[in-house]
Amino acid sequence: MKEKLVVIGNGMAGMRTVDELMQLAPERYEITVFGAEPHGNYNRIMLTPLLFGAKSIDDIMIHDFAWYRRNRITLHCGEEKSVVSVDRIKRRVTARDGTSADYDRLLIATGSLPLMLDIPGRDMEGVMGFRDIADVQAMIEKSQTKQHAVILGGGLLGLEAANGLMQRGMQVTVVNRAGHLLNRQLDGQAAGFLQRQLEDKGIEFRLGVTVAEVLGRDGHIGKVRLSDNSLLPADILVMATGIQPNIGLSQAMGLTCERGIIVDDHLQTSDDRVYAVGECVQHRGELFGLVAPVYEQAKVCARQLAGRASGGYRSLLSATMLKVTGIDLFSVGDFEGGADCQQQLLVDHAEGVYRKIVIKDNIITGMIMYGDTSDSGWYLNLIKNRTNIAAIRDRLIFSPVELAA
Amino acid sequence: MSPTSIKTTCPYCGVGCGIEATLIDPENHIVDIKGDAQHPANFGRLCSKGATLGDTVSLENRLLQPEIDGQTVDWDSALTHVARRFSAIVAEHGPDAVAFYVSGQLLTEDYYVANKLMKGFIGSANIDTNSRLCMSSAVVGYKRAFGADAVPCNYEDLEQAELIVLVGSNTAWCHPVAFQRIRRAKESNPALKIVVIDPRATSTCDIADLHLSIRPGMDALLFNGLLTYLAETESLDRDFIDRHCQDFVPTLLAARASAFDLDEVAAGCGVTAHDVAQLFAWFANHKKVVTVYSQGINQSGSGSDKCNAIINCHLASGKIGKPGCGPFSLTGQPNAMGGREVGGLANMLAAHMDLENPRHVDRVGRFWGSDKVANRQGLKAVELFDAVAEGRVKAVWIMATNPVVSMPDADKVKRALQQCELVVVSDCIANTDTMALAHVKLPATGWSEKDGTVTNLERRISRQRPLFPPSGQARPDWWIISQVARRMGFAGFDYQASADIFREHAALSGFENDSMHGVRAFDISAFADIDQVRFDALQPVQWPVTAKATQGTARLFGDGGFYTPHGRASFVPIVPRGPVHAADAAYQFTLNTGRLRDQWHTMTRTALAAKLNSHKPEPTVEIHPADALQLGFRQQGLARLTSRWGSMLARVDITVSQQPGSVFVPMHWTEQLSSRGRVGALVNPVVDPLSGQPESKQTPVRVEAWQPRWQALLLSRQPARIEGVEYQVKVKGDGYWRYHLAGRDALDDLPGWCRARLNIGSAEMAECLEYSDAAAGDYRLARVEAGQLSACLFVTAQAELPEPGWLCGLFGKTELSRKERLSLLSGLPPRGEQDVGRTVCSCFNVGEKTILQTIAEHKLDSVAGIGACLSAGTGCGSCLPELKTLLADAGKAALEQCSTPKSG
Repeated sequence: MKEKLVVIGNGMAGMRTVDELMQLAPERYEITVFGAEPHGNYNRIMLTPLLFGAKSIDDIMIHDFAWYRRNRITLHCGEEKSVVSVDRIKRRVTARDGTSADYDRLLIATGSLPLMLDIPGRDMEGVMGFRDIADVQAMIEKSQTKQHAVILGGGLLGLEAANGLMQRGMQVTVVNRAGHLLNRQLDGQAAGFLQRQLEDKGIEFRLGVTVAEVLGRDGHIGKVRLSDNSLLPADILVMATGIQPNIGLSQAMGLTCERGIIVDDHLQTSDDRVYAVGECVQHRGELFGLVAPVYEQAKVCARQLAGRASGGYRSLLSATMLKVTGIDLFSVGDFEGGADCQQQLLVDHAEGVYRKIVIKDNIITGMIMYGDTSDSGWYLNLIKNRTNIAAIRDRLIFSPVELAA
Repeated sequence: MSPTSIKTTCPYCGVGCGIEATLIDPENHIVDIKGDAQHPANFGRLCSKGATLGDTVSLENRLLQPEIDGQTVDWDSALTHVARRFSAIVAEHGPDAVAFYVSGQLLTEDYYVANKLMKGFIGSANIDTNSRLCMSSAVVGYKRAFGADAVPCNYEDLEQAELIVLVGSNTAWCHPVAFQRIRRAKESNPALKIVVIDPRATSTCDIADLHLSIRPGMDALLFNGLLTYLAETESLDRDFIDRHCQDFVPTLLAARASAFDLDEVAAGCGVTAHDVAQLFAWFANHKKVVTVYSQGINQSGSGSDKCNAIINCHLASGKIGKPGCGPFSLTGQPNAMGGREVGGLANMLAAHMDLENPRHVDRVGRFWGSDKVANRQGLKAVELFDAVAEGRVKAVWIMATNPVVSMPDADKVKRALQQCELVVVSDCIANTDTMALAHVKLPATGWSEKDGTVTNLERRISRQRPLFPPSGQARPDWWIISQVARRMGFAGFDYQASADIFREHAALSGFENDSMHGVRAFDISAFADIDQVRFDALQPVQWPVTAKATQGTARLFGDGGFYTPHGRASFVPIVPRGPVHAADAAYQFTLNTGRLRDQWHTMTRTALAAKLNSHKPEPTVEIHPADALQLGFRQQGLARLTSRWGSMLARVDITVSQQPGSVFVPMHWTEQLSSRGRVGALVNPVVDPLSGQPESKQTPVRVEAWQPRWQALLLSRQPARIEGVEYQVKVKGDGYWRYHLAGRDALDDLPGWCRARLNIGSAEMAECLEYSDAAAGDYRLARVEAGQLSACLFVTAQAELPEPGWLCGLFGKTELSRKERLSLLSGLPPRGEQDVGRTVCSCFNVGEKTILQTIAEHKLDSVAGIGACLSAGTGCGSCLPELKTLLADAGKAALEQCSTPKSG
């Protein structure tokens, strides 16, 4: 009799774990997956190209329904299959429509939710996040008949949404509370180049302000009022102010949670039959939003589920890219640097090329590349390997240099 | 119509190569330069400097208007002003209160008129020439031995010799075409022996069978030793000595007293007895020996004696006046010899006549129609500027030379001119260190506009013919001098053309030049009635040119006849003397100075040719590795050199070619091109008591590392504004200017400082690239306008500045690629692209790295192979010694690679 594994969440983290597990111990579990979206497992990163029309839904599928059948995995998906309760004593998972499944091991991969700021009028129609295929479909639909889009949030997601909607023909304004874009990935100067480049594409920016109120008629958004009291026409408002771990269910079932579900180095929650991976977890105080560390978690978790001895999960440095055509951006590590750090800068003002390297004790601790990201992999390796760069310091920022053996 | 082709003569060294210039676009001074295949000096060959003459004939840096006190004036005002002031000073203080300081750059006709005005009509012999600094010891040597300042030999003797001894002469770099003739002679006759006697292992040693790296200044001891050896080994030409010479015995006794045996000579010279014996034996055992000597002999406190020590050996062995024989002084300048012929030195009168000889003074007075002819020696160069400093000379007229740079104790010369009542400077160049001190600036014609004659170092008179009409208000020097002379009220200066002057000069050479009045060596009386047509058609010819010898004279003294009163050659007893100022505890190094391969004098012309600036762009101090180690020097670091007279900064070049205890600095850099690169400021003002030639080869100096707080490299299409930077060298490149900078003061706002240097405001920043590493003290800035690099500046506190080769090449590109742009501020080519490195071959612009790579790729083992692949070395040939060194280095590197055991 096989053990039963139930996975809550049909997203990239959960299914990557299942994938890994199938490689390691294909016969060990009878697997049941619950997903709140009516799709197979798709690549959420590809929502951006989906939005601006470079990809179709089929293109971005990782596993379609046939795959689940082929691998004898039971998939319960769709709104009514959202899991509403977990009985940890009976080890039973129950969905909204009453579907239930028993487990020996439970994997929670509920991901994250867009952070919807508490703005008056936010419940009006046309106010949305940018999180799933449904959001994308809603945006595309609006873009076909409406003119004005406002994006709240000048982070990666906000800019990708802005670019997508602009490609769809909308007039887009990005509103960002911080004084510069991508303030978690770029410093002011690099962000300035980015802004200029996006402005050249036609996107408008309102920086240093936020949306104070959503105004409309008949429950439909029509304008937004900004914190400086100016008004912007808005047929849609995309909230891209960040994400928060989706931990409601976990809290309800009594797992230890702070901002996310607390997991140990083996991705085990406070219940040792229950594992969690992805954007819903909190590991050693850290939350996750990028794919590389999540896939690393999936690998570690899969080994645990397969009963293999394995080293624990260690937080991985990972680099950020922006998926906007024509914009090259690479950001990794601590790009601000403290008083004990040194900085190298390379700026091509005319071409909008910018590089910054932060060095501490001859080790690179952070880097920004903007406008030209060639050889970013080489730099990432220097950072990961903590390579001493003293000997190549004056050539470092330009291109890979032979390191003396 | 095909472009006009004009035959003329090169204006650089004393070899006097013929040039065939083809006018491509005379309006814009575009001219194609090649060697004149018919000229007997070079038969078509040219060196790197001559070959790039076409790059120096633009109007860049030309003085084109007369000026008085900074105001442009017309010629009449300028000439009248000079004439009145000179006349007034002469009237008040006497003729010796004025002086001319002229140049081996002047044509014979210019020289003649200047000498005639000063010695004949102003009545002072205060006219001296920069040739004083270069060959006046050789003049004394020849005059003492032969009774005439006459070079006995010619270039063919170099080809016919069995042994050539090169003493104190880096012929390869200073007289490259003469060197090429020697090199070819050696190639076609491997039996030809070449000996180099020089403290430095110069490029000339490339073809040497023996190099004697003697202690600086020990040449007279060596040649006294040779004379002793010739006597002891029965290698004397007793018959020649008896029939044609005098004073042999006291001379031999003096030689023996100082140089008793080989061991003593070897010890004194600091070389092995074996090497000395080899030289002596070769000299004794070969019939045809030429001893070539140059500034290493002449520029000495005992230069005249050194010349005679050499000549003594040739007289004693009869190696003179015959093919393949003779003591051969190589002069430095294109017309140093012409100056000697007209009497351009303060201790000569004219046409080989003497100031102290009343019959000569009388004769010249009658010829010129003047009763004021000077009858005693005037002030020689160093004395002349001392007299200016002391106010005894109140007006000085400097023509075509740059004494603020080239004189010893040059800072003193500068101060002297700063306080002089009247400084008149005639030159074709506007911005020289000397011109900067002129009250009156007179625009003279440049080489490409000059019309007259020059004499090369084998007595060959050649025509210099104009390629273009005079630019702006420029006028020939002879015209300027004549106009002043006329305004001073003197008759006999009504020349209409240089041919008029040449005719008069030729007539004077033959005037009362016969057995009745006494025979003078210099006689070109065959030209006393030459007309303009024949003058224009004049073919190169060696003087004497007389009714008897209409085709000129290849060699002198073949018949044993000399120009002394008794007709015999004089041996001169020599007591060797070392440098007057020896190195001591405070100044431990002996400073040696000299020329570089690709520069000429004070660089006013050669520095205009970008090609010539790439070989050695900065003033360097060459120093032996052992000394460098002890002083804590590193290659390409900076050093300060200090003597009792002055100081300078130079880039360190550590090389085994330099003797321990001795350093070498090139003589070329000026304040126009370097902030502190004038080596003349350090050189001791010691002179030879007879010739007055300065001891420029041996000055005691202190050498120490000079540690700047920052260093910078600036490249810019437009000249940059650099002021107050302690170390600064400006180099003209092909389409850009290059600056090497260093300072010890802190640059508080480094980016701001850099922007100011490149004239970049906030608007221009939009076209800029910048790199900064504040912790390392690095900042780099570049401006790219319309895709083209317009300027870049690299500053660093600690790191190495980039080798500029690749960056310089970017100025030739119409559009930088994206990869080049990204690499720009690294100073290195994008990955996968080759950096050509430092230029080695100027003719074909081939870099060191290209050569080394080609040697490795094609497994080359000869310079011919390099030439076949890259053309390097197939032009002027000046870089052949360096190519050989690169081959040797590459070979060594390959060997080391093979022999290094592979560690497992």
